[in-house]
Amino acid sequence: MGKVIVVTSGKGGVGKTTAVANIGTALAFMEQKVALVDADIGLRNLDVVLGLENRIVYDIVDVVEGRAKLKQALIRDKRFPTLYLLPAAQTRDKEAVSPEDMVRLCNNLKEEFDFIIIDSPAGIERGFKNAVTPADMAIIVTTPEVSAVRDADRVIGLLEAMEKSDSRLIVNRVRSKLVDRGDMLSVEDVLEILSIDLIGVIPEDEHIIISTNRGEPIVSNNSTPAGKSFMDIARRILGEDVPMNMYTEKEDLFTRLKRFLKWR
Amino acid sequence: MSVIIEAIKRLFTHEGGSKDIAKERLKLVLIHDRTSISSEIMEQIKEEMIQVISKHLEIDKNGVEFSLEGEESSVALVANIPIKGLKRHKKKV
Repeated sequence: MGKVIVVTSGKGGVGKTTAVANIGTALAFMEQKVALVDADIGLRNLDVVLGLENRIVYDIVDVVEGRAKLKQALIRDKRFPTLYLLPAAQTRDKEAVSPEDMVRLCNNLKEEFDFIIIDSPAGIERGFKNAVTPADMAIIVTTPEVSAVRDADRVIGLLEAMEKSDSRLIVNRVRSKLVDRGDMLSVEDVLEILSIDLIGVIPEDEHIIISTNRGEPIVSNNSTPAGKSFMDIARRILGEDVPMNMYTEKEDLFTRLKRFLKWR
Repeated sequence: MSVIIEAIKRLFTHEGGSKDIAKERLKLVLIHDRTSISSEIMEQIKEEMIQVISKHLEIDKNGVEFSLEGEESSVALVANIPIKGLKRHKKKV
């Protein structure tokens, strides 16, 4: 039986979709059979982050309303043979799917897959309930900013109220330089405020922008700081004891020289 | 030129430390978020307190401040009620 993980945040734009794409790809690298479910009906994006936007035929609403079988709607990622995507519908709204539909859908997926990772929409309304209800575990994504941490706190409260006890935190887009000079909340600060267990820290990394432009998950380039951090998270999900590492970009002589010239 | 001025400015002004402000603001806003008292109920408590106190004291109803405040791990309901004067109790002769 597979495990259902929801990735959620409250606030938009903190990196939920990127986290889903990369944790999913990393788990597929580790020979797990993974289904990624985009629950952001009406504003789908997981397909473009994964680079699978041209292969969508059926979507989650087609499955729920019986126009397509689950197997027909699942898109197999050719680059990672054990990775599948169930896309959201783009022309419908969140009301097209109910939390009960999601539970039924995930129960079917659990029979086939090791992990089902749900990309939750921002907000705390119907779409959030849809995404969270079937989950065995929740990963909350935040950035070290007042607004994102505040919304994460609200989401953690709602998850507790829904009796979802297994919640873990990702602190995304951490900028070590700003933290060091006291201009950014540190991971410790965020943990102290939210009092929740950490599952990973992702440094701010421009490779994310490049990989999203290309539609290739960053974990496929395992030399990047963010890519390494996502791989670590996948290992922790599989139960490995991986120490928390803050990866930084290695600067070779050439990049240092370039930076020096630019600075002048 | 402006680049040089910026660099000089940066040398003399203290950057850093804004995270402490962020942390303080966060803690305060979360106290409000986490207490499930709605603003309607807060307003009602305020009205009722004003009524009770008005029986004995003359107060400035417009100057009443009412808020939830937090220190470390405890939350307090803080009311600031300006008094205009004591009401003279009419003694029975």
